[in-house]
Amino acid sequence: MATVPMEQGLIVAAVLFVLGLAGVLMRRNILFVLLSLEIMLNAAGLAFVVAGYRWGQADGQVMFIFILSMAAAEVSVGLALVLQLYDRFKTLDSQAASKMRG
Amino acid sequence: MNEVFYASAVIAIAATLMAITRLNAVHALIYLIVSLLAVAVIFFVLGAPFVAALEVIVYAGAIMVLFVFAIMMLGLTPESIQEEGRWFLSPRMLIGPAILAAILLGELIYILVATDGQAAGVRIVDPKQVGITLFGPYLLGVELASLLLLAGLVGAYHLGRKVPGQPSGGPGEEE
Amino acid sequence: MLDLLFLVPILPFAGFLLLALVGPRLTPRAVAFVGVGSVGLSMALAFTVAARFLSTPPPGYAYTQTLWTWMQVGPNFTPTIAFYLDALSLVMMLVVTFVGFLIHLYSTQYMAEEEGYSRFFAYMNLFVGSMLTLVLADNILFLFLGWEGVGLCSYLLIGFWYRDPANVRAARKAFVVTRVGDTAFIIGIFLLFTSLGAFRIQELLARAAQQWPQGYVLAVAAAALLMGGALGKSAQLPLQTWLPDAMAGPTPVSALIHAATMVTAGVYLIARTNTIFSLAPAVMLTVAVIGAVTLLYAGFSALVQMDIKRALAYSTISQVGLMFLALGVGAWSAAIFQFMTHAFFKALLFMGAGVVILALHHEQNMFRMGGLRRELPLTFWTFLAGAASLAAFPIITAGFFSKELILYQTWFSDRGNPWLWAAGLVSALLTALYSFRIVFLVFYGELRERPAWRPGPQMQIPLVILAILAIVAGYIEIPYTQVNVAFFSSFLSHSLPPATLVHADPALEIGLTAAAVVATLVGIYLAYLFFLRSPALAARLAGTPWGDPLRRWWLAGWGFDRLYDRLFVRPVVWLANFNRDDFIDLAYQGIAWANQIAWRLLSATQGGQLRWYAMGIAFGAALIIGIGAFQ
Repeated sequence: MATVPMEQGLIVAAVLFVLGLAGVLMRRNILFVLLSLEIMLNAAGLAFVVAGYRWGQADGQVMFIFILSMAAAEVSVGLALVLQLYDRFKTLDSQAASKMRG
Repeated sequence: MNEVFYASAVIAIAATLMAITRLNAVHALIYLIVSLLAVAVIFFVLGAPFVAALEVIVYAGAIMVLFVFAIMMLGLTPESIQEEGRWFLSPRMLIGPAILAAILLGELIYILVATDGQAAGVRIVDPKQVGITLFGPYLLGVELASLLLLAGLVGAYHLGRKVPGQPSGGPGEEE
Repeated sequence: MLDLLFLVPILPFAGFLLLALVGPRLTPRAVAFVGVGSVGLSMALAFTVAARFLSTPPPGYAYTQTLWTWMQVGPNFTPTIAFYLDALSLVMMLVVTFVGFLIHLYSTQYMAEEEGYSRFFAYMNLFVGSMLTLVLADNILFLFLGWEGVGLCSYLLIGFWYRDPANVRAARKAFVVTRVGDTAFIIGIFLLFTSLGAFRIQELLARAAQQWPQGYVLAVAAAALLMGGALGKSAQLPLQTWLPDAMAGPTPVSALIHAATMVTAGVYLIARTNTIFSLAPAVMLTVAVIGAVTLLYAGFSALVQMDIKRALAYSTISQVGLMFLALGVGAWSAAIFQFMTHAFFKALLFMGAGVVILALHHEQNMFRMGGLRRELPLTFWTFLAGAASLAAFPIITAGFFSKELILYQTWFSDRGNPWLWAAGLVSALLTALYSFRIVFLVFYGELRERPAWRPGPQMQIPLVILAILAIVAGYIEIPYTQVNVAFFSSFLSHSLPPATLVHADPALEIGLTAAAVVATLVGIYLAYLFFLRSPALAARLAGTPWGDPLRRWWLAGWGFDRLYDRLFVRPVVWLANFNRDDFIDLAYQGIAWANQIAWRLLSATQGGQLRWYAMGIAFGAALIIGIGAFQ
């Protein structure tokens, strides 16, 4: 077992989260956006586990399990929507579906 | 064991960086899987073997595979990779998000560094403990998570259907 | 029984509400029933209340009925909705309801073919209610409420046929000109309240009598302002320009509002606040002078009018001027007496004119009428009675007695003046001249157009009733020392102070009366001469180099319209145009413009772009974390 200070673990989680955020903001292809979203969720889960490790309790892992199940549900629905988007607009450009404006 | 932690952290960060900057979707996926595996190692090192396994099985194993299926259904042609290149590599698009992400990162690190770190690492939290906690105090959460998965299932099924009669493709009538 | 007083104004208001809400859905019979019935019921109640008042007078000859407190702003400012019945308001109430009822009855046939039948009766009911409020009001703010109400109804009814823009212009002109007077009135109310601290009219008068010495500057100011209000509403110089144009409204409107009741509201106001006027002799003299001048001005103008209604309108201005003359010399009861007789015969004249107009298919030019006395006999005889009363034909008409009373008191009152009497005398001649001019032009001479229609009983009965009254209503008041009958003024002396008269020498009395009688007869003879026997003579006179411009000048009301147009209307219009985009407007526009800018900005944030929204979320997160971290 490692004896890493919690802050360093959280720093790792923060960096991963920000990278995921950058991916969401920078990519135009919907699939990549979803991918980056997964990165962000994973980073959040990492943060929870690090916290649980700090206190030596199982709560962190329990939270991670919840996040995981939520990510699974979200990905399935999200990909189904991506398929619908592709059916309608013939492209994966996230700027194609921008009719709700003004 | 600390070295393992640091090494895995570096790998995770590097792999994630590669994942978000690839033009080919499948490549990005592979890099992401690497990142997930590295994070699983981190979990293991931090005394959480259960979620380490879950990370590999569910996240890297199921969710990423779902992504692969979707990418395969949508088809990946060389033109789409070029298009991706056009979309992604224009610097005008990248400046704003980069700055914003940098600011956010700076704030977070500032917060985290300001507090002094104490060593932890009391013990390994094994699956049995996780199970007891899960079905003890967090029972309601488990039920809710199952409801959520049901909703996700039904939603994905319904949204993924092709409605008969509707022309597949082409901008629809909702002008 | 006296506490039924509040129903007298309320019933017409109820009629108005009913007709306004469901009028268009009622049959014309139902509309007439409601419209005439409400005023009729109000009249019956008025007579009942009056009978009770006369048989067992309440203490102090005054009865107050307070309904509720209107508003309460501070300890002093608490006007109430209250009605005050004394001799003066009793007379006014009876005349208003009675004449109003007759005119409503008349208009059921007059307006029968018009669209907006229910609208007409709704407005007329509203008018009667407001007028009754005005005369029965206990405090001066409530009176002002009725005052404004009648002004509103006047506007609505003049512009009744609103599809013709000329009518709308006339209505607007009436409203704006009387507004000038109303402004003076309300300032007068403010002045009275701030200096005397009361709204109840009786309290105001009592306090003024106690606290203000004769000729006190506040009394003069207040009286002048009240006079201003009266001038506007009663169409006296200089605010008389609206009344001839107000004839654009239907004839019953002209009869009720612009002859019998609304234009006398100014007379009522001055009579009601007579104490304040008595404290300001300069203002009283002004009132008398204005009355006399208007009397002559309108008499000359009425002489050359071609439209029968305009002639009667100028006649109204002239007769109200006579009432003002009476008020100005302190003959309060005489003015009210003249009001009563004038209401009778002027309404009669207008209604008769209405019959003629309708019979000749809305023809109003007297020179195209003629010889109608055999075609419309009833109308002719009643019209003749009215005209004779207007001309103050001796002995047998009511107008004679009321005019005599005024002329008598103009000479013999301590505020009287031989010059004013002379003006009255000349105007008596003029009045006889123009009133019989109308009679001769319309009913004598050759028949130019045969009437295709005869009036029905709804029109004939009011004509007959008013004709009878125009003849006999005068016998209740004869002023001379030899023959003195003073029912009317002794009744009114309970609320109006009697005119103080210098000692009257009987021979002088006879001489003055004889002069007035001679003036009247000469006027009638001249009318006969110019308009019946040799109309060519009149035409020749009118055609002379000095005759024609004079005639045209009198026709245009001595050029007041043009004067006011040059003096007031054009500069204001120019100023409004110049100021079209002024800074106050810009402030409001700026608010709208700023809102539009904000909307556009806000709208731009909803671009529909996914990444834009994600940026927004990330930016917000960075901001909040920053605030939390760096606080």
